[in-house]
Amino acid sequence: MSEQIVYALEVFANGLMSGVLYALVALGFVLIYKASGIFNFAQGVMALFAAMTLVGIQNGQVPFAHLINAVLGTHIHHFGWHIHSVLALIFTVGVMILLAVAIQRFVFRHLVGQEPIILFMATIGLAYFLEGFSDLMWNSEIKTLKFCVAEGTCLPQGMNMAIDEAAYNAFGTGFFIDNLDISAAIVAVMLVIALVAFSQYTKQGRAMRAVADDHQAALSVGISLNFIWILVWSVAGFVALVAGIMWGAKSGVQFSLSLIALKALPVLMLGGFTSIPGAIVGGLIIGVGEKMFEYCFGTGQCFGGIINLGGATENWFAYVLALVFLVFRPQGLFGEKIIERV
Amino acid sequence: MKKIFVTAIAGLMAASPVMADLVFPSLSYRTGPYAAGGIPFADGYTDYFTLLNERDGGIGGVKVSVPECETGYNTEKGVECYESTKGEGALVYQPLSTGITYQLIPKTTADDIPMHTMGYGRTSAANGDVFSHTFNYPGSYWNGASGGVNYLLETNGGDISGKKIALVYHNSAYGKEPIRTLEELQKKHGFELSLLPVDHPGQEQKSQWLQIRREKPDYVMMWGWGVMNQVAIQEAANIRFPMENFIGIWWSGAEHDVLPAGDKANGYKALTFHNVGRDFPVFADIQKYVVDAGKAAGAGDQVGNVLYNRGLYAAMLAAEAAKTAQEIHGTKDITASMMRDGMEALEITEEKMAALGMPNFGPSFSVSCENHGGPGLVGVTQWDASSKTWSLISDFKATDIDVIGALIAEDSGAYASENNIASNCN
Repeated sequence: MSEQIVYALEVFANGLMSGVLYALVALGFVLIYKASGIFNFAQGVMALFAAMTLVGIQNGQVPFAHLINAVLGTHIHHFGWHIHSVLALIFTVGVMILLAVAIQRFVFRHLVGQEPIILFMATIGLAYFLEGFSDLMWNSEIKTLKFCVAEGTCLPQGMNMAIDEAAYNAFGTGFFIDNLDISAAIVAVMLVIALVAFSQYTKQGRAMRAVADDHQAALSVGISLNFIWILVWSVAGFVALVAGIMWGAKSGVQFSLSLIALKALPVLMLGGFTSIPGAIVGGLIIGVGEKMFEYCFGTGQCFGGIINLGGATENWFAYVLALVFLVFRPQGLFGEKIIERV
Repeated sequence: MKKIFVTAIAGLMAASPVMADLVFPSLSYRTGPYAAGGIPFADGYTDYFTLLNERDGGIGGVKVSVPECETGYNTEKGVECYESTKGEGALVYQPLSTGITYQLIPKTTADDIPMHTMGYGRTSAANGDVFSHTFNYPGSYWNGASGGVNYLLETNGGDISGKKIALVYHNSAYGKEPIRTLEELQKKHGFELSLLPVDHPGQEQKSQWLQIRREKPDYVMMWGWGVMNQVAIQEAANIRFPMENFIGIWWSGAEHDVLPAGDKANGYKALTFHNVGRDFPVFADIQKYVVDAGKAAGAGDQVGNVLYNRGLYAAMLAAEAAKTAQEIHGTKDITASMMRDGMEALEITEEKMAALGMPNFGPSFSVSCENHGGPGLVGVTQWDASSKTWSLISDFKATDIDVIGALIAEDSGAYASENNIASNCN
């Protein structure tokens, strides 16, 4: 096999891996939209808040330390402990559940029956609030995220040497796959299986699906909308936490994590706003599409380099790709076709 | 009785001249995606002036005030900050953003307020004959590009012909700044240059680093800011690119840029125009008069960090220019126009820096009407992951003035003709 083909395959495989990371973010959007019809603009900021909370708890950081010090003239920053990652994860899930309760109690309970655009605008407000709240609670410094399930068993990073060596032996050239991306793919598969199992085989999951299908009908059979929405926001919070861990492990936990939502939008446009498999497939298509386009036309590696756009095509090409799909399937690949009859 | 009291007060006020504060606004960004870089700079800038107030009673006996305005690294907000603070008697602006700098160049010139863009902004503003109110001493991006190439020449026995250098840059006006200079230097030294743009914010760089893996450049230079830095260093570690061959500009060389990559970032290098660490007498004073006194701008945990030192250095240069202005004009209560004169006559010597508790903190230099850019000396720092410290591994050295000077003349000449600017120095 020629080196050029191996390189193309390497780009393709890395595109798939990037797609999994995009899908992780998109999943949170889908869950909330499917159950409540709300496009949650704050999903990216939830990932930031969740990751900051995880690192803060792990490192024993005192929440609101700057505020406390400014008001009381103290100099406290840390409790002086370091909590095991798994324990910190459990506490963080607890915080995300509390956040879901607060969001439902103080924001959306007062907006029942409002137009979707009002609900959407409420999530924009929520995003800005959470941004500031995260900074105030855990400060703006970049935090290093090290997630270990046991001593010496941490979230791996760096080139997978086994794949690289196998490719070298077979084709005479290496093959780069990041261990973190492999971990993200495994976690994403487990997450999707868990979400599908939860929604198919548990009472709460079936209630969630009933609410997603028809609010009024669900209410009429005694399902509590309040409870289901808290449940959905909690699950979306957990998905945001997973996305925050995966992205934060690479770049450090910092404000820019909130911008990963931008990567999910073309995935949602392509996969549909109401489909969990759509988020996964959409993520993979966008990931592969943007990487292959950059490889072929961004850097002029294909067709003798007749088209070389000079790079940095990924951000805009993802949206172009999604728009092309929308021309043929306006509801997205897996979205529900909405037919409104007069 | 009341009449006597009022007369006495009026007499007292007439007898003693009123000294207003010297105002040095800080256009900072403590929020948003670039806050991690904005906070230490703003802390260093404010803490130095607090030190002068607490230890020396201000500058020349006049207290200093540093009103802070949050820009969020947003150009529109930066301009709003300028408009809302210039009426307070602002002496000099340090916008800490190339975008804001470009917007403020005509405004500050019209308002007769100087602007200092140290190591950023419009490089050709070094030509004071055209840019009367903008100063970018002691160095600019083009000095950075040339300094990086000079360092590679030095480590390759003076010959880098045939070597491959990749530039990974933020796909913005800031990131594109060094390209012209590097292209000129490519012609002169015969190295191969490849350009790899990264879109804002820079969280996803897989394509660029796969390309680097394929093309195997000898060196990678980086013009990044914010999350782009951390991701690039992590990706370089992932593909096992040798860190000692990876050199960032001074905005890609702070502690928070390398810490997320852990031990794998060991050996990464960054260019600089000032010294690093806290092994300078001034920090003992900062600790005593500012941090321990509870008057630090932040939590006091940034003292000695690379960007804190940069803010401190910027404040020191501003304070020295204010002193020069006071001497030139024979008054303690200087205006922005006088401050501009002080900046243009600024002379920084090693003796002066040593007296300030900052020996060898930066290069010695002097500013003139024609040269607002200073000497453009560039040093190199390297990260030691085990001790988590930066150290200066190459002293401040001269850059290629022949190449840079011609580019400055070309760019500033174009600006002058577009804006009908006559010579300021004749």
